Amino acid sequence: MTITSTTVALDTVVEAGDGALVTVPSGGRLRIVDLHGNQAVDTLFYDAHDLENRYSAFDTIREQRAVFLTTGSRLVSTRLDELAVITDDTCGRHDTVGGACSQESNVIRYGEFTRHQHACRQTFLRYGAKAGIGQRQLTHNVNFFMNVPVTSTGGLTFEDGLSAPGKYVEITASRDLFVLISNCPQVNNPCNGWDPTPIQLLGRW
Amino acid sequence: MTPASTPASSPAPAHTHEIPGSAAWSAPVRAGRTLTLTALADGANATVLIIGADRLDRLNIPDTLKSQMSARIKPGMVLMSDRGLALATVMTSSLDWHDCLTGALPDQLLLLELAKHGFGEADLHACINFFSKVSVADDPRASLTYIPDHANAGDTVTLRADQDLLIFVSTAPHALSDGPAASIALQLETPDPAEDPAPDPELCEEAIRALRLTRELIA
Ligand SMILES: [Zn+2]
Repeated sequence: MTITSTTVALDTVVEAGDGALVTVPSGGRLRIVDLHGNQAVDTLFYDAHDLENRYSAFDTIREQRAVFLTTGSRLVSTRLDELAVITDDTCGRHDTVGGACSQESNVIRYGEFTRHQHACRQTFLRYGAKAGIGQRQLTHNVNFFMNVPVTSTGGLTFEDGLSAPGKYVEITASRDLFVLISNCPQVNNPCNGWDPTPIQLLGRW
Repeated sequence: MTPASTPASSPAPAHTHEIPGSAAWSAPVRAGRTLTLTALADGANATVLIIGADRLDRLNIPDTLKSQMSARIKPGMVLMSDRGLALATVMTSSLDWHDCLTGALPDQLLLLELAKHGFGEADLHACINFFSKVSVADDPRASLTYIPDHANAGDTVTLRADQDLLIFVSTAPHALSDGPAASIALQLETPDPAEDPAPDPELCEEAIRALRLTRELIA
């Protein structure tokens, strides 16, 4: 049954570099607030009753015929089931091509000195374990508030965010969901304005 | 005493095969071998997934793209894994744009092929659609348009395995195409050990780092 009440069921701050696993019931609305601006929030979505029915970044891009996510974007699974819809967005656009940082990809991109820096995929594994989400269940995520321009010549860059303090994005769950969040700790590129900061999660259901 | 001379070893025989349109194929590909795909008709598409021989480390398109600052697959790129290793190098191609942003429809072709190796839906990572192009507009949403007949019959791409791999290929038409399915020829070859190995193509610093790490650790 779809829940339509607007009770605040969740109001929490996720510190810079930390994560969260949130269960959002069908019809529930989850707002992610970029408290200090320019903070990438790496996010994965799973059908809470079937982990294999999980978010698919590139099926989502194809189905909407556009690279960036914003209000109206339907987040679909590898089965093309609608998992959630972005129902509000004061930032304007979000990335789902750039994936999550990992210790291993940091080494490739920035060098050996980053080998033991904290990274989003560490957070995904740590918080996902409670729901049975392991390495094999990890997939390509949404990067809320992250600016990854893709150009007509086939180029891709990471640039300073479009976001600002207080900007938010809200998703409405189309079925019962696990939402796995890593508040990105990356300090080697501008995706967090070189300074990771806390975010707020507000759930209404 | 002089050791008996060993006969010059000869390369393993090449394997050739033609995958008809809307079919799937998979095989283990040992490190160092090359896989050449050839479009046999205009508008061909070859959707490819790659999994490392450890059966967990998969082709990671976001890491591949952001490490090499590209939104397409082209010659001189290393295809990287979840764990930051080189799976394969795109050695040459007659095309400089292969789509990797628009996935594949959830048909049974790839799923059944994955199942033959004990894999399933959880392994449907992002794929490459070789021979297909979906252009990106410089508009606020980066809108996408499928380009029909990007590939012509005879277009090719050659991958070199940089570690032992499982490679999966589907010849279903691209998800945004309304054209017919086309067949793809494939050739798996082992370089002649008596000859110098083909040099790496020109690569960016990040790709060189991934290849070096892979050679040091597992290849
Ligand atoms: Zn990150």
